[in-house]
Amino acid sequence: MCDSGGALRTRKIPVQVIQLGVVFLFLGVGMFLLRQRFVPESFGDLGHYRANAVGAVAAHPIQYAGWQVCADCHTDEVETKKRSYHRTLSCEVCHGAAWAHANEETDETPPLPTQRSLCLQCHSYLPSRPTGFPQIVEERHEPAKLCHTCHNPHDPAPSETPESCSACHAAIVRVKAVSHHAPLDCQVCHETPAQHSVLPRSNLPRKPFEREFCGKCHAKGAKPPNVVRGVDLREYDIRRIDLDTHGGTLVCWQCHYQHSPEAR
Amino acid sequence: MPKTYERREFLADLAKIPCATLLLGVTGPLQALASEGGDYDPTEHYYAMGIQLDKCIGCGKCVQACKTENDVPEEPFYFRTWVERYIIYADGEVRVDSPEGGIKSFPPLEEEKQILRTFFVPKLCNHCDHPPCVQVCPVGATFKSQDGVVLVDSDYCIGCRYCIQACPYGARYLDPRSKTADKCTFCYHRITKGLLPACVEVCPTQARIFGELGKLSTPLNRMMRTSNIQVLKPHMNTEPKVFYSELDGEVR
Repeated sequence: MCDSGGALRTRKIPVQVIQLGVVFLFLGVGMFLLRQRFVPESFGDLGHYRANAVGAVAAHPIQYAGWQVCADCHTDEVETKKRSYHRTLSCEVCHGAAWAHANEETDETPPLPTQRSLCLQCHSYLPSRPTGFPQIVEERHEPAKLCHTCHNPHDPAPSETPESCSACHAAIVRVKAVSHHAPLDCQVCHETPAQHSVLPRSNLPRKPFEREFCGKCHAKGAKPPNVVRGVDLREYDIRRIDLDTHGGTLVCWQCHYQHSPEAR
Repeated sequence: MPKTYERREFLADLAKIPCATLLLGVTGPLQALASEGGDYDPTEHYYAMGIQLDKCIGCGKCVQACKTENDVPEEPFYFRTWVERYIIYADGEVRVDSPEGGIKSFPPLEEEKQILRTFFVPKLCNHCDHPPCVQVCPVGATFKSQDGVVLVDSDYCIGCRYCIQACPYGARYLDPRSKTADKCTFCYHRITKGLLPACVEVCPTQARIFGELGKLSTPLNRMMRTSNIQVLKPHMNTEPKVFYSELDGEVR
């Protein structure tokens, strides 16, 4: 073994192998140089991508400043808004992107939008919006009047004195206002003791608890009074059902929400 | 006579190896940090988003803010985030519409058919933990960053559009100006500076919640603990990091 190893070491390397070696050397050097030329800087530092690209993406200019920046100067507006129904809104929802206004020397101020369309973008009635979210039907809600004549955008609750029920049950009143039961006063179904507004828990209003109550208007052949608390029911096409067959043993409110009944 | 390798020299060389490895290990992350700029450490964050569908009013403010913030083309086919309206009829038929991505809210429904239920679904890049778009990129121009955000290197993208086809959520588009793929970055330029993404900043009902995974006592963590959480297309095994609460079974 030792002898043959010694013989191999001293044997002359064939010229073909040397030529092939030179070719491979050139290929290797060529590959190395090409790789240096074409693989971009920082590629592969963090993974199969250019690590510098992360910094490039992060260097994109900012447009929206964030409401905390607005609060530094516009304390009154932010303070009003903090206690209002619009407390979850960032200033830039209505006033638009304001990074330049907040951080750079510029004469441009963010717009003061007054058009109805801006408010309606959120508050026009769409059935897909969540139940209880305040919505209006544009044609029926003070047509052509600008919203800010009655509502302060930073504190949008209506300026008038609240009606007796909606003062506390505003969400229900709002839902009912756009439903088929809109013309009905709360008292039609809820007979309310006078003391309810003073001691609400110990003077609970009446709630209907039997099918026949709804049947007073909706049963086949029922004759509701023509006028209920100032509303002329003859104007309305009341949906009629047969109390004996409709809904089996269920009571009405197991399928229908009385403040927004879906049946046409 | 060939030079012999002294035992002393061998030991000295042996000591160099750990020193060299240590040096490489330190400089690598340092370079990465230098490229980020500032004292932001991407390894300390892992971003995610929560969307509460029972709060979305479909106003489209997020779509508008995203276009403004990220300089997305105005034409109504380029969106990094958009809002869909699902309408499920009583006969089981489902209709989905998204006029101009919902950027100017939605037209009123004038339907003859009875509607069973209807709601809005905001959509965006899901920043998958196993992103199919990254797998198919032939040049490594799209990648998942250390903080879990899927980004596009627009200087390196060749515009082949494989990633646009591979995304199961349709979250990518080809920017007509640069002819490169583009998508939601979770507003990477904002979140690395401690700001919220633009869509989260302007959401009037706080339907969108931005946060990080693995951090305790955050709005996102609270929402994920208290709500019924779903992701889009879980069967694709992409492990999305956009979590929806109260997601209807009909949403695709």
